[in-house]
Amino acid sequence: MTDHIVLNQLTKMFGHLCAVDCITLRVKRGEVLGFIGPNGAGKSTTMKMATGFLIPDSGSVEICGASMIKDEKKAKRFIGYLPEGAPAYGDMTPFTFLRFISDIRGYGSSETLSRIDKAVDRAELGGVIHQRIETLSKGFKRRVGLAQAILHEPPVLILDEPTDGLDPNQKFHVRSLIKEISSDTAIVISTHILEEVEAVCSRTVLIDRGQVVFDGTPGELQALDRKHNAMVVRVHTNHAAEIKSLLEALGSVKQVEENTHVNGVVTLTAIASNTGAIAADVAEAVAGADLRVEEITINPGRLDEVFRDLTTSDTRSDNA
Amino acid sequence: MRNILIIAKRELGGYFATPLAYIFIAIFAALTSAFAFYLGGFFERGQADLKPFFDHHPWLLVLLVPSLAMRLWAEERKSGSIELLMTLPITTTEAVIGKFLAAWMMMAIALAVTAPMWITVNYLGSPDNGVILAAYFGSWLLSGAFLAIGAAISATTKNQVIAFVLATAVCFVFVMSGLEAVLQAFDSWLPKFVIVAISSMSYLNHYDQLAKGVVEARAIMFFFTMIAIWLFANVVIIDQKKTT
Repeated sequence: MTDHIVLNQLTKMFGHLCAVDCITLRVKRGEVLGFIGPNGAGKSTTMKMATGFLIPDSGSVEICGASMIKDEKKAKRFIGYLPEGAPAYGDMTPFTFLRFISDIRGYGSSETLSRIDKAVDRAELGGVIHQRIETLSKGFKRRVGLAQAILHEPPVLILDEPTDGLDPNQKFHVRSLIKEISSDTAIVISTHILEEVEAVCSRTVLIDRGQVVFDGTPGELQALDRKHNAMVVRVHTNHAAEIKSLLEALGSVKQVEENTHVNGVVTLTAIASNTGAIAADVAEAVAGADLRVEEITINPGRLDEVFRDLTTSDTRSDNA
Repeated sequence: MRNILIIAKRELGGYFATPLAYIFIAIFAALTSAFAFYLGGFFERGQADLKPFFDHHPWLLVLLVPSLAMRLWAEERKSGSIELLMTLPITTTEAVIGKFLAAWMMMAIALAVTAPMWITVNYLGSPDNGVILAAYFGSWLLSGAFLAIGAAISATTKNQVIAFVLATAVCFVFVMSGLEAVLQAFDSWLPKFVIVAISSMSYLNHYDQLAKGVVEARAIMFFFTMIAIWLFANVVIIDQKKTT
């Protein structure tokens, strides 16, 4: 099967600033790609080039086999796009706005109505479709943008921060919607909410200063945390020293961190050497010591830790 | 063609969704009439024609038309909706022409609203209605040529005030270039053919022909050419911004 989205060596300069530096990405049908990176890393610029709003300085974009440069109109038909900030025409109502989009997409009047119905239903816009968009809350505006993007049920969906400004219930709803349509769509979501990557993405691409620094599953990204597979042991202060030395004695443990003292309970974090699995070793050691342990948990790794490691290290050296 | 009409329809709806359209039409009708009565001496002349009405159109349009054109692209840039519009499966040319046509239709409506003037002269006497029709047509063409300038300038900025001021200035130059006084200022230090070129670009001279009832192909062609040139510039500006 061919890839729905092919970005080939995209490069974009803004003056002397290289916003996107030779990014190559292929996204298949059924994939939900979480595009993450610090602000200004080039996420939006990449999406703007993928959707044909900006023309790359070099490189090419192909959507379902259609070149964005040679066959712009055809390529754009395959895309549903929610631009950053979900812009819309404030003086229109969601209904007239969606009808305009439907007209442009070339649907006849009866199909227009059924498509608007479906999109309004999916984006849960029911109560507000005859209110002017400029009077709507941020969450509703975002959903109007989403409804517009999915109206023609495109094979390629590109969403720039789709859940920004939504409350937790609305976020949950948008994520379920994305999952619902993901099976026959290639979806790219940019976000800086890392929990979103874990919640909906099958693949994650981390970019920093215009370059891809990680491309893999969210699990693989998590595994890059040096505390991946670490065991977190909470014990009473009285036994802390004893347990700590027991853990440190284990060959599979690289280091033990003593973190917080709360109400007489200490949190010890045993960091695995080579981030391997050490649960069995730790459990055995603790059980053998016959000391009371409050809680033992496995730390799967934290995306925000990895995010910081991968994106700030070179910024620091750059600024130094 | 289909996309042009869809965009024009949305854009025209945009004018009427806010008080803008109504205020514009009311002010246009009020000012054109006021100029005809007070500056043009509509009654004092004792002639049943609309010359005092049409004489002041270039000077009014130079101010009013840029206020209609300024929002066309600047507002889209400001709100970010341009990103939505330009990632839809339409060409830049379709968007540019669609928006222009919407604004030009607004001008047609505004001119139509002044029809009571026409009815009045027909009631008072028997004017040459052919001349009046030609003048209306000329005024509409003139407004189109101003609009095309305003639209192109609106595409360069996201600030509507800047778009308005710049467009007014450029439109003003295109009107002034036909005045004797202005041409004389250049006369002493510019070669003759440049002077001829400047005056031949004048919106005023071409409009005067039509306002007098002289429906010349040359004047009509002039305005359509001007519209085409500025709309082309508009397309180039929009496309240019995609690469920067």
